[in-house]
Amino acid sequence: MSDIVLEVKDLVKEFDGETILNGIDLQIEKGEVVVVLGPSGCGKSTLLRCMNGLEEVRSGQILLDGEPVEKGARNIYKIRQRIGMVFQSYDLFPHKTILDNITLAPIKVQKRNKADAEREAKELLERVNLAEKADAYPRQLSGGQKQRVAIVRALCMHPEIMLFDEVTAALDPEMVREVLDVILELANQGLTMVIVTHEMSFARAVADRVIFIDDGKIVEENSPEQFFTSPKTDRAKAFLNTFEFEPARHKEAEFSI
Amino acid sequence: MDWTFIQKYWPDYLEAAGLTLRIGIAGILCAVLVGIFCSAVLYFKVPVLRRIVAVYIELSRNTPLLVQLFFLYFGLPKIGIRLEAGTCGIIGLTFLGGSYMTEAFRSSLEAVETIQFESAQSLGMTGVQTLRFVVLPQALATSVPAVVANIIFLLKETSVFSGIALADLMYVAKDLIGLYYQTGEALLMLVAAYLIILLPISIIGTILERKVRYAGFGN
Repeated sequence: MSDIVLEVKDLVKEFDGETILNGIDLQIEKGEVVVVLGPSGCGKSTLLRCMNGLEEVRSGQILLDGEPVEKGARNIYKIRQRIGMVFQSYDLFPHKTILDNITLAPIKVQKRNKADAEREAKELLERVNLAEKADAYPRQLSGGQKQRVAIVRALCMHPEIMLFDEVTAALDPEMVREVLDVILELANQGLTMVIVTHEMSFARAVADRVIFIDDGKIVEENSPEQFFTSPKTDRAKAFLNTFEFEPARHKEAEFSI
Repeated sequence: MDWTFIQKYWPDYLEAAGLTLRIGIAGILCAVLVGIFCSAVLYFKVPVLRRIVAVYIELSRNTPLLVQLFFLYFGLPKIGIRLEAGTCGIIGLTFLGGSYMTEAFRSSLEAVETIQFESAQSLGMTGVQTLRFVVLPQALATSVPAVVANIIFLLKETSVFSGIALADLMYVAKDLIGLYYQTGEALLMLVAAYLIILLPISIIGTILERKVRYAGFGN
């Protein structure tokens, strides 16, 4: 009997009369890393935001350990404490130091002891190699450093599941690596995660399961090995082909002269 | 330049400066309160009230302070409401300043990015916690330059108080010119008095802006 942490049931999301998500069913087991892939505008980020109760849905349900995750519900604040989320844009609080960014919610929301929260925050910062930045302000950090802090900030709440929404999309290639390494380490430690990304080699390395979404529907669900080597659907094949490049024509022309 | 004249009459300016400052500060404090209230109404889109606030802002910003004061001081007695000149000054300044403060606070609240709300909420904060720990500190920091500019603007506007027979700085200067024709000396002291009041506020404002500028840098 598997242990379902998060369950999405027949989720339909509309925005301005357009259907963004059209009947998504998904179950995420404890310790599982699910990577969500798909073309831009397919609804994968929206799906992730729905999972954290940030979007109103038309119909369907999202359950965290059997409890509904619903925007505007009375207990949504309690539920969100158990779901960690990291966004694409750097979302640290600019008026607080790195340490305060991390400990704000544990102290004010979870009412934890300040010293304990700070000790844990420092340990986590140590793990992502940012211990010396504890007293710095977000503006003094690089994009990759900020994203690592954002991950630590979410982790410090001890979430049951982490959601990553294209966390490296706005970063330079070298910074992408340092952020993805942190996520990979978390995966190895058995944290349950849902990751939306455009980094294909990372997706392949980190995923236990790949979900491919197009036009608001799950088109393919597969193991990473199968998905990247022999996808079942033509749509997924076409999508993966866009990451391959033919040699440019002007080079061929040069060689032929 | 007649220095004995200046020596003789500068205490009059001191007294008038006291009045200008008392009414000015009272009016500005009330304007800040009105501004906080109205910006909250606009920001949270409170039904009905937001329309009233919108009308108030247009009315207040598009009429001169002197006209507002005339209405309070000469108009209201016609319907049986008699207010002291000082009270009229404070109400007039509050009425005018309230709309400017509202706009300053509202624009700084709106300048806080949506992602800040969402990341606070994704950490499990309630609406009140999000406002208190994340949105307001950033909005207040952003509003400092506009609020300081408004304070200076309002203090300068007090110069029309003489129109309703309040013995402010302008009144004293006009009075002395009328009595002795010592225009140069009277006006010199007037300019000096305003500078002595306003320059420190300006400087403190600049220092404050520098201290809170983190908000302007994004993260």
